[in-house]
Amino acid sequence: MTARRKHEGNGSPPHSFLGPRSLTDPEFRDAVGAVDFAVDARYAWDTGVAISTYLRGLKEGRILARECRTCRRILVPPRMFCEECFRPTDRWTEVADTGRINTFSICYVRWDMVALDPPEIPAVIEIDGATKGMGFLHKIAEVSPDDVTVGMEVQAVWKPEAERTGSILDISHFRPRDEKLRTDAPKPFSRRSSETRKR
Amino acid sequence: MGQRVAVVGAGMTKFVRRAQETGKELAWQAAKAALDSAEMTLDDIDCVAMGTAPDAFDGVHMKGEYLSDGAGGWGKPYFRTYVGGGTGVFVTIQGWYQVASGMFDTCLVVAEEKMSSTQPHAQGAFLTIFDSILERPLGPNLLWIFALEMNRYMSVHGLDKKDIAAVSVKNKRNAADHPAALLGDADITVDDVLASETLAWPVQRLDVSPVSDGAVAVVLAAEHRAKRITDKPVWIDGVGWHLDTAYWTNRDLYYPRYVEYAARQAYEMAGIKEPRKEIHIAEPYDPFDYKELHHLEGLMLFDKGKAPEAMKDGVLNRDGDLPSTPSGGLLGVGNPIAAAGLMKVSELYWQLSGQAGARQVPGDPRKGVAQAWGDLMQVGTVLVMGK
Repeated sequence: MTARRKHEGNGSPPHSFLGPRSLTDPEFRDAVGAVDFAVDARYAWDTGVAISTYLRGLKEGRILARECRTCRRILVPPRMFCEECFRPTDRWTEVADTGRINTFSICYVRWDMVALDPPEIPAVIEIDGATKGMGFLHKIAEVSPDDVTVGMEVQAVWKPEAERTGSILDISHFRPRDEKLRTDAPKPFSRRSSETRKR
Repeated sequence: MGQRVAVVGAGMTKFVRRAQETGKELAWQAAKAALDSAEMTLDDIDCVAMGTAPDAFDGVHMKGEYLSDGAGGWGKPYFRTYVGGGTGVFVTIQGWYQVASGMFDTCLVVAEEKMSSTQPHAQGAFLTIFDSILERPLGPNLLWIFALEMNRYMSVHGLDKKDIAAVSVKNKRNAADHPAALLGDADITVDDVLASETLAWPVQRLDVSPVSDGAVAVVLAAEHRAKRITDKPVWIDGVGWHLDTAYWTNRDLYYPRYVEYAARQAYEMAGIKEPRKEIHIAEPYDPFDYKELHHLEGLMLFDKGKAPEAMKDGVLNRDGDLPSTPSGGLLGVGNPIAAAGLMKVSELYWQLSGQAGARQVPGDPRKGVAQAWGDLMQVGTVLVMGK
């Protein structure tokens, strides 16, 4: 039988708790019988019909899209079926390796909260030649973080042909099309706050 | 639409950073508290609906099965449902079905999350949401998609970060009145949020809800049973849910149209024609401060881009014209994923039955809307409740 614990409350619900008991990190680490376990799971993914062709295109330095003749969309990333018309897409077409930044972030931490220095700049890039608003995730470089803006025109920087493997990383990154904004050595930047943000 | 369904009881655990209890012990504590609040026992329950987010948090296979005894599911029709962050509201909708359809008269709805088991950080469990071929090679982390969406929302409308940070302040202050809260803080200011560490600009540390352990449960009953269980049932008037494209880089992140479609479904079912006049309390999903504003717009409670202005004008405060997240939300009470969504449902139950104590919204609120959001930023789940 677990005793119901009334909290030192302000009369607001929930009016009582059965728990839990909150542990500090040392208490957790020292707990009797605590078990640490790493899942050793490996996966090997097929790339699929559409994406394998897309990746072959990247290896050749081209961005390929699929066209649906019913809704007239040029789809990037490409897909063999149109999810809106629910029919097969019709043909491959090449789109540009330029576009504009739909949105971006300046990220100072890795997924496990380890600091990143310099920060990385992930962005959604709307690709020229694809249906408006269609883009993909990549990174921006060769620019000072403070100069990056939504709407900025960017172009893909391809890895040398010999280094391409048929991967999204065959595009090394995107950089500003405006050469004046490019820099190999980004100047020291401020961690953007509401004050430093440009409109 | 079949049987009318009411919430007749609710209970929850405290939300904590790391609970000594296992997931099933947490589920049991919430389930028992909810039954006790309705003066019911497990024998009175016809079926059990469990909501819990990825198995990867716990590193167990089939987490629904793992949690089933804690939720009271053994020897009963039992199922687990999961739509990422949308789970807490969605599992209530799934429970509602069982009773509304006439299949059962009562349903115990339980949502549990124990995020502390994932090492070194619960974010690791989220990495697989990114496309394995085209996105994961870039080394993404979960903050990226929030930061990208927040920047898009701010850029399209020309919003000031200060007005967004004010949501975090409001919710952490509201949570100071919530006995289960992990991060209630009556003294926090907008300057504190704007001075907190920048993680993935524009996201700063205090814009983000905390990783937490916890569980929540509510009891649903058909009308003829509800009226015998309590004199203050809170009715589920409308339910809605909607899924948008998972090609998240192919749509404009500035507006959550999937929330709008889910809300339209729920409002129509509830007979709500003018949500801005008819909804008295909102509990929108707030894992990040901008998300609350984004979702209030999706719920059609404000024009696109106008929710921050309402925040600035005090409209969203507990004593404002449209109190939003009087519970304290995910930002203040905590964010054990599935449990956090159900916490919003339990708050509407307490508010609309007049039991919310120090958190009680003034003015005899009669209708509320709870909303959650999840999957790959593209599912909206909405519940309209009324007394």
